[in-house]
Amino acid sequence: MTLLALIAFPFLLAPFAGWAGGRSSPLVAAVPLLLFIGFAAMMPYVSADAIVHETHRWIPSLDIRAAFRLDGLSLTFALLISGIGTAVFLYASAYLKGAPRLARFYTVLTLFMASMLGAVMADDLMLLVVFWEMTSLTSFLLIGYTPEAAASRRSAQQGFLITVSGGLAMLAGVILLGTAAGTFSITEILDQREAIAAHPAAPAIIILLAAGAFAKSAQAPLHSWLANAMVAPTPVSAFLHSATMVKLGVYLLARMDPIFSDTGLWITLLTLFGAATMLVGATLAMRETDLKRVLAYSTIVSLGTLTMMIGIPGELAAVATVTFLIVHALYKACLFMVAGIVDHETGTRDSSKLGGLRHYMPKTALVALAGGLSMAGLPPFIGFASKELVYETSLETSGWWLVVAAALLANIAMVVVAAIVAIRCFAGEQTSTPKTPHDPGFAMLGGPAVLALLGLVFGAAPGLVGESLIVPAASAVAGYPVDYSLSLWHGFTPMLALSLLTLALGAFVFLRWDSIRPRLAGISQIDSWGPDRLYDRAMDGLQRMSTWQTQLIQSGSLRGYVARTLLVISVAGLATLLIRGGFEMPSFAGALTPDVTLAVLLVIGALAVARARNFVAGIVAAGLVGFTVALLFLVRGAPDLAFTQFSVEALAIVIMLAIVGRMPFRERDYRPSRERVRDIGIACLIGVTATLIMLAVLAQPFDPRLSDYFRMTSVPEAHGRNLVNVILVDFRAIDTLGEIIVLGLAAVAAAAVLAGLRRATSEKRP
Amino acid sequence: MSSLILTTTSRLILPAALIFSIYVLLRGHNEPGGGFIGGLIAAAGIAVHAIPRGRTGLIALLRVWPKALIGAGMLLGIAAGIPALLLAEPFLTQQWPFASLPIGTTLVFDVGVYLVVIGSVLTFLSYYLEN
Repeated sequence: MTLLALIAFPFLLAPFAGWAGGRSSPLVAAVPLLLFIGFAAMMPYVSADAIVHETHRWIPSLDIRAAFRLDGLSLTFALLISGIGTAVFLYASAYLKGAPRLARFYTVLTLFMASMLGAVMADDLMLLVVFWEMTSLTSFLLIGYTPEAAASRRSAQQGFLITVSGGLAMLAGVILLGTAAGTFSITEILDQREAIAAHPAAPAIIILLAAGAFAKSAQAPLHSWLANAMVAPTPVSAFLHSATMVKLGVYLLARMDPIFSDTGLWITLLTLFGAATMLVGATLAMRETDLKRVLAYSTIVSLGTLTMMIGIPGELAAVATVTFLIVHALYKACLFMVAGIVDHETGTRDSSKLGGLRHYMPKTALVALAGGLSMAGLPPFIGFASKELVYETSLETSGWWLVVAAALLANIAMVVVAAIVAIRCFAGEQTSTPKTPHDPGFAMLGGPAVLALLGLVFGAAPGLVGESLIVPAASAVAGYPVDYSLSLWHGFTPMLALSLLTLALGAFVFLRWDSIRPRLAGISQIDSWGPDRLYDRAMDGLQRMSTWQTQLIQSGSLRGYVARTLLVISVAGLATLLIRGGFEMPSFAGALTPDVTLAVLLVIGALAVARARNFVAGIVAAGLVGFTVALLFLVRGAPDLAFTQFSVEALAIVIMLAIVGRMPFRERDYRPSRERVRDIGIACLIGVTATLIMLAVLAQPFDPRLSDYFRMTSVPEAHGRNLVNVILVDFRAIDTLGEIIVLGLAAVAAAAVLAGLRRATSEKRP
Repeated sequence: MSSLILTTTSRLILPAALIFSIYVLLRGHNEPGGGFIGGLIAAAGIAVHAIPRGRTGLIALLRVWPKALIGAGMLLGIAAGIPALLLAEPFLTQQWPFASLPIGTTLVFDVGVYLVVIGSVLTFLSYYLEN
């Protein structure tokens, strides 16, 4: 029950978070803090070869279980989510004070956190997909926090469409994987990894799962949504779009890595896309001046690095992946919150307009420096150890020059971005800003300060995080218990030389920043042909296609719709009868009873409908048909159906009465004779089709099993003698529930259309 | 449409239709009837009442928008399935809590159907009524 309780806790407390957050109370941070404590308490139960499992019933008929698994990787993610969540919730309670729609904001943020925890702890692929999509949905709502702004709406939609399209690919991959393995349980799938890697569907599974992960983790060319998501409030950017949600794709890849780590396609795909993403992110980061966008592109670089590291086989790569994952989450969330503080205090986050802030906000400058040093990978921060690991892994791979070049470029970009955020804004000449800044209070500075401090503490004592988290998590990524001792200093190695080269080149670029940036920003092809513009073009194309298709299909003539519907039914019905040889005649023995007179009445009514000169006559004649059918039901022993038919006919008359003034009832039939002939043809066709189908049905011997079953069980099991009603409310209640929902939704949809018509007509009238 | 005949007769038709509809709803489990038919009858009665009195008359009678009846009905339909979940049985397995009395969650469900039918008809109709 422990894992279920840990996941249910944030879902249940979402209303409390909405209430406390709505009043901007720092108490809102209690929700993630309690979760963090809960997960920290789980640490002794999880190690390189110990995993906590928990399974609950969910959909037994489809063999889908609410199964949870807490291994090193899940626990690392859970601690990052709840720990950084605590910092972000506290930060937001001060940062967003006085903003509108706060209750909704915190509710959604808490639901996001809950879905994220669910996703990383799910031990069932279907459960993972459900939580995965919930994070996309909550991310959509959080990016669109300011729905009045067009940019906010566009970014929310873009992020949603890209991640959800990826999610669809992932769902297909999950179904293929589940079919290949014969189970959706991740643990059971991991147990038969060799068989799955050798399965003929493996390439398709790899491509589909990678597509989902790449969309979620903003891998090139699906990266543009992440930079645009920066329109969201800074707490959202720090939480979802740097530390947690965008890592979910990385999580999926890491989770699947034990299965495919030796597959050529997996290695190639991840290494190439990872390297390309690093290159694209590094280039784009160098073009920006907006602090948040600079950081967002550096996040893309980091996500590319993680993808590449997962693609590289071996346990060293697993250790490098996990270490960098933790390090990145710590410093990036910290720097995002610092950028938010700068924005909040000065009124701008344009790095070209900022400088000398250390004089106004010395504490913030210190926190920024600590975060920046970890990002740049300088000792004694943990960022140094992580960078050395990335280099060490890169040097050990085959085709190492590509990997090393990508890693070098990515790390140079990290140094530059760290320097822009941590040094450029705070050092140098004072500049005038829209507001006079000063250090914020504890709520805003406390979280980033703790995160920056952790970077230093873990760097000074790597064993703190190495034994408890990194080794268990790396074991989960590698698929077998990993033995590794994390240390800060490796001695004089090629990695150290690369580190020094990185710093030197990074410093060089940073000092030339003012001449390099405008040159990169001047490349207009990136703006006019980049994926962001292509997305716009695709959306335009989609809209043009739907306009074209709507014009083609929706003629607006009710008679046209009815004619087409009836034609399709007739052709489909007749074709089926023809192909299956279904033309049959029942025996008419005993059919000649007094009831036949009712059939005569029916025929007369139908003829009268056809002969009617205007709507009123037609409606009356159709009523005659309806009542005759009801009488037929009655004498044939179906009083319930007859009752319903009578009620419907009576209600129809009442409705006609209500709308009699608004419809062209007195109008005569205006169809030209050519159209009349066509309509007669269609009417005859559907009539013949229906007759032939009824004859074929009646020719079949009656199978009494179902009606006997209902007759037998109705009273003992459902306590009712009226079979029709018992079936409706008991035996087939879920069908009825579906039907009343359809009925209600149809009425609401009709109301929307009618409300529009009513407004249009009342506006026309003076 | 203001009509003296309709205004006067609807005063008699409305209570008769409502009482009859509830009778049909309740007896539905054993005799011809049920939520669907009951809902149609009630909707017809209310419609006759509303036609001469317009939209304002309809809202004054119901006290809520007809759309709210749809929502309430759907919620009742779902609620009828919840006790089964609590007893770890499949959703909408109807429960009979009283051994001697044949009253169970089916009645809650049928009332849901009844309300959705009334709400749907009146939602549709309300846009054709005068203000």
